[in-house]
Amino acid sequence: MPRELPYIVAINEAIHLEMARDEDVLYFGQNMATTENEDFVKAFGKDRVRVTPISETAEIGLAVGAALAGKRPVVELYMAEFMLVAMDQVTNEGNRFRAMSGGQVTVPLVLKAGYGFAAGWAGQHTGVLTNLFMGVPGLKVAVPSTAADAKGLMATAIRDDNPVVYLHHYLLTLEHGDVPEGEHLVPFGEAAIRRSGGDVTIVATGWMVDRSLAAADTLAGEGIKAEIIDPRTVAPLDTKTILESVERTGRLVLVDQAPRHAAAATVIAGEVAEHGFSSLKAPIVQVTGRDATVPYSEPLEAYVIPDEERIAGAVRRVLGTSPVAA
Amino acid sequence: MAQLDRDRLIWMFTQMVRIREFEERVKRTFEEHPGVIRGHTHLADGVEASIVGSLSALRESDQVLTTYRCHGYPITLGTPTKALMAEIYGRADGICKGIGGSMHLTDVSRGFLGTSGIVGQGIPHAAGAAYAAQIRGDGDVVLSFFGDGASKQGSFHETLNIASLWKLPVVFVMENNGYNVVTQSHQEDANAAAGQDLSVKAAAYAMPGVTIDGGDPVTVHETVSAAVQRARAGEGPTLVESKIYRLSAHGNIIAPPGVPLHFPEHEAIEVFGDPEQYEAAKRGDPVPRFRGRLVNDGVLGPDDAERIAQEARDEMQEAVTFGLESPMPADDEALAYVWA
Repeated sequence: MPRELPYIVAINEAIHLEMARDEDVLYFGQNMATTENEDFVKAFGKDRVRVTPISETAEIGLAVGAALAGKRPVVELYMAEFMLVAMDQVTNEGNRFRAMSGGQVTVPLVLKAGYGFAAGWAGQHTGVLTNLFMGVPGLKVAVPSTAADAKGLMATAIRDDNPVVYLHHYLLTLEHGDVPEGEHLVPFGEAAIRRSGGDVTIVATGWMVDRSLAAADTLAGEGIKAEIIDPRTVAPLDTKTILESVERTGRLVLVDQAPRHAAAATVIAGEVAEHGFSSLKAPIVQVTGRDATVPYSEPLEAYVIPDEERIAGAVRRVLGTSPVAA
Repeated sequence: MAQLDRDRLIWMFTQMVRIREFEERVKRTFEEHPGVIRGHTHLADGVEASIVGSLSALRESDQVLTTYRCHGYPITLGTPTKALMAEIYGRADGICKGIGGSMHLTDVSRGFLGTSGIVGQGIPHAAGAAYAAQIRGDGDVVLSFFGDGASKQGSFHETLNIASLWKLPVVFVMENNGYNVVTQSHQEDANAAAGQDLSVKAAAYAMPGVTIDGGDPVTVHETVSAAVQRARAGEGPTLVESKIYRLSAHGNIIAPPGVPLHFPEHEAIEVFGDPEQYEAAKRGDPVPRFRGRLVNDGVLGPDDAERIAQEARDEMQEAVTFGLESPMPADDEALAYVWA
């Protein structure tokens, strides 16, 4: 039965349920001794819920080793950028062991990190790193945009036998949504259609789904019906649902908070250009973060990150109703 | 040698000879069958005593993780050498189905959990497996092998800190061969430059550190056994610096397509122009040294030693033949193990 919960509570509920269900699930990271994690320590003990030093390489490397030895660790990394401290472990170790062993081992672990904190957190705490991880063989990447998906994707991530980078958006942390009680699993690689419409397909992830929905409201007032697709995981990526939508609408706008070059949007644009070209009635338009370090100052930050106006402008452009470039 | 019975000593010698013969056949393959081995291999001739002495301290349910210089460990743990040679040849019957290659030998069924091709990055994996063992509470221990070069990596320092803090059942075996790829230890290690043993690094993390002659399998066995017992008893990790001399260069050279791969001479000669050091290392070769000791002590007759060597040669010839005859993997196997 659904009830309203904040996105962050939904995530914790999933971890709690999975830890209760499977004693091999571990939860560790820095700051785990804080009050918000008291429930976990009380319920599951200090063997399974552990504070680590500020040592990302060892933390993530330990998770890889524990997973090789049959555990299912969830590593709390707080900020997505902290994974960059341990990039070898994230993109070159656990993700490769299954292949390199010829399928002898699985490496089930979850790297949980917040991202995209566009609220004055400046250069090194605002990054959208989906693009860095989605192209790494063996890694799965989940990017929930709703509270229900935050719960369902986390549960699926913990049960998945592969390393999963689970990126929760910091600006959605306190957003409420209907969340099913009890077991709730959202399959990987299945996009959600957040809004139906026949004029244009918008693909967005995370906080950009909210901004796209807001843009779609504005556009609806102009008689434009936008369909909004949220892939939910960018690896695996549900190109089928996107291609089917483009076949119906003939137009595609891609919205991504990451910098333009090598954003997830770029990958989707490539897939649609190759496999859906004949459906397109207009060029694909990408509305992405600009190629810059996210600045501290408010107007500069706002300039770098896509907003409703840029999204709506891009839609008008692909529909030929606006002479202004997005 | 009092604690080791005759059978155990002969078993250790046999494993050392098997590793040496295996490495010899890998090396010879480059000349005898050019192109069969791709990329590069990293041989452990000269390291046999350290490998066998360490692994003989384990029980069957313990686990092992190593670097890419990894041929000797699964050989000692009992992985069929046919499957190992086939892997190095990139064949379908390889232990990792031809996907891992020389640097990534893995045999989970024998507790050999895997290797990292990146210096130092396997150290936290071993600690993670030890964390799992600690939670299981069955007293299992994990051995982590790495080189002296790895002790300059952050992964080494971060992991030793956590392993000591959490009293994880792991033993860190640093196989110090004196070279970090091609530079000598004192050129890049502050402790070595100050004339210290590298085991002093353990003191920074409140764990025992001990430096031993890694060319003597009995000494290695006794030292690692003590560390393993300590870990099993819940007293935490130990850093063992096992001083060895790899007789081959760091690895063979990666040549352009069409040019046969070959092994360079040892860095002592090639980089530092010091053939005397290399000749002295060869005179101290742990395999003939251990054989001499066993024969001298009456543990092993000269005929027995030769029989063991001949059996190893025969076994490795079979491994080579098996590897050469094993089919190439099907193309789509490349995609089979990306995700579970």
